Amino acid sequence: MSNNEQTNSHSHFPWSHLIGFGLSIFLTLLALWVGFASDFSLRTIMIIVVILALIQAAIQLLMFMHITESDSSRIQVGTILYAVFIAVAVVAGTIWVMSFGMHNMNM
Amino acid sequence: MKLDEFFVTGDPLIYGADVSIALTLIGAIFALTYFKKWKWLWTEWLTTVDHKKLGIMYIIAAVLMLFRGGVDAMLMRAQLTVPDAGFLDANHYNEIFTTHGTIMIIFMAMPFLIGLINVVVPLQIGARDVAYPFLNAVSFWTFFMGAMLFNISFVIGGSPSAGWTSYVPLAGLELSPSVGQNYYLLGLQIAGIGTLLTGINFLVTILKMRVPTMKLMHMPMFTWSSLITMVIIIFAFPVLTVALALMTFDRLFGSHFFTMMDGGMPMLWANLFWIWGHPEVYIVILPAFGMFSEIISTFARKTLFGYKAMVYSMVVIAGLSFLVWVHHFFTMGAGGAVNSFFSITTMLIAVPTGVKIFNWLFTLYKGRIRFTTPMLWSLAFIPNFVIGGVTGVMLAMAAADYQYHNTYFLVAHFHYVLISGTVYACFAGLHFWYPKMFNHRLNERLGKWTFWIFVAGFNLCFFPMYFLGLAGMPRRVYTYGAADGWMNLNVLATMGGVLMGIGFLILVYNIYYSFRYSPRETTGDPWDARTLEWSTPAPVPHYNFAHLPESKGHDAFWIMKQERKQGKTQEKKPYKPIHMPSYSGVPIVMSVFFFIAGFGMVFSWHWMSILGLIGVLATMVIRSFDYDKGFYVSVEEIEEDQKRTTL
Repeated sequence: MSNNEQTNSHSHFPWSHLIGFGLSIFLTLLALWVGFASDFSLRTIMIIVVILALIQAAIQLLMFMHITESDSSRIQVGTILYAVFIAVAVVAGTIWVMSFGMHNMNM
Repeated sequence: MKLDEFFVTGDPLIYGADVSIALTLIGAIFALTYFKKWKWLWTEWLTTVDHKKLGIMYIIAAVLMLFRGGVDAMLMRAQLTVPDAGFLDANHYNEIFTTHGTIMIIFMAMPFLIGLINVVVPLQIGARDVAYPFLNAVSFWTFFMGAMLFNISFVIGGSPSAGWTSYVPLAGLELSPSVGQNYYLLGLQIAGIGTLLTGINFLVTILKMRVPTMKLMHMPMFTWSSLITMVIIIFAFPVLTVALALMTFDRLFGSHFFTMMDGGMPMLWANLFWIWGHPEVYIVILPAFGMFSEIISTFARKTLFGYKAMVYSMVVIAGLSFLVWVHHFFTMGAGGAVNSFFSITTMLIAVPTGVKIFNWLFTLYKGRIRFTTPMLWSLAFIPNFVIGGVTGVMLAMAAADYQYHNTYFLVAHFHYVLISGTVYACFAGLHFWYPKMFNHRLNERLGKWTFWIFVAGFNLCFFPMYFLGLAGMPRRVYTYGAADGWMNLNVLATMGGVLMGIGFLILVYNIYYSFRYSPRETTGDPWDARTLEWSTPAPVPHYNFAHLPESKGHDAFWIMKQERKQGKTQEKKPYKPIHMPSYSGVPIVMSVFFFIAGFGMVFSWHWMSILGLIGVLATMVIRSFDYDKGFYVSVEEIEEDQKRTTL
């Protein structure tokens, strides 16, 4: 079964790879420009860079990792959402736990 | 470094351990040489990628670690029996409770469960091996070498002594300057590689290697619980890996992640440790739940009550397990909002767990119960675990926790959930699946002796500790005064501990006795059980199934047996050659290099760790260029096997 899939994906020109590759380079350069050459405030720069990073992550998943193409795409999306949930719980939770109430201490 | 700093000296107990380790090693080497078993050991066991053999090795390692952790426990009980005892000094006591906790959780409970998962899960889903057999061997050997690295600490260099939680700053370089803490960091790091690989391996195995006819919602409950456990492992263990790496940097290379000075954040260690640590307790309890489900269903002779509720409650537990970690350090004082939030999520977990308890009770209801040894363990689990759970809800109340925190109340609570949950399950599962592993049952009479003595001892040991905690006895103290009035309950606890030790010894004797005298299995289904692993013949052939079995619903093997009784006979299909993976010596060699690298890092001998890591890399390269695609089991061999079995 996996052999068939491979031959299919190799039979035509990999346009999606090429577009994804181009977009990734473009987004990276854009992020660099925003970071080094633009006049936005630091806060805005951070927001823009994070948004660009998220877009690029989505491109990676769609163009290179074929998230929608397999018959188990629902499971894949579920897994990613669960991973995002854990990541947010861990990171946001840690920041909340480690900073909340700390103003009560002499730090 | 001088030799007397390298070896731990000065304590008669340690000298005793030195002698016994040396004698055991010499004895083992002598026996292997005398009986000419070296080649057999290498070709049959050390290089194996067979999930059944790896599972057995996991379980042997876990029983050895149970012995080691149990001896630690007995030493602690000996010290605490009477006030002002001088049996152990403070530092030695600290080392012992640290190694007891670490070994019991990481090197006993986890490998015992993973061992049973290894043996049982592929058989339950009708698979011939796991998805990545080579990786499975790497998992075992990295776990084993990590465990050995941790265990040699008490004779070479000194044990860690900052508790199994290793809170900084106590575990930091200033307050724990000895190499003991490094052993903890590196031992857990190396063993953690194995656990993470197991998580990935079994997730893929369960999702992709099931017989095509088995739907997700028809999987046996033990397989379901293993699947959820693997998901938790995959998401929780990276946190431990990172936390251990950061503390290793702090201790070995002078970074300041968790230090008191230079912007370090000591409480961040506790935070990261418990982000892993709380899911970890579900990693060790969910497979236990799965086992009890199988055993209760088998010996009540009923399909499991509330199958879907069981599955969904485990999914909810898996999600919630990542949202409760702060309840381990309410007293840090993060504030009312944080503590309230985590207090509520913690209490919420009791809901799906309660659902499971009722499901087991309803499975028992009107069942024709057979009181076999595995069933006895499962029945004792329910009331004991409820005691542990209810006191857990008491601890979950943040305001009240300020009273219970770090007292024996907590010690009693987590021993009640971990022993009556995980350890009972390990014993129940061992008795239940023993015939699948060793082709004979454990003796029932001795098994029941073990059960009654151990369960009585357990309750005698830990129930008084609730009251010791309420009377104010703090955990992790090496002694107490006569005026504290804690002696009577401590004496009771020690008596209970001794009974548990006796129960364990009877179990070990039972293994020997049954090996000698138990009748060998002929049917492969000694318990009249329900799931597919029991459809394999005795002994289980190394390729598990000559024909892939068919799964027609819950309790697939039970359905098969009903159909057979109704006279439906399966048509004889011709055998086909079966593709199996080749054995490989690479995993054990790679793990030995991990051990060398870890040992070098413990002592900051960087030449040694670099050599070890080069070795690891080299074995990876060798593996990458290994084009061995496995081999085919011939039809003749399969026919030969099938003739020998009566099924």
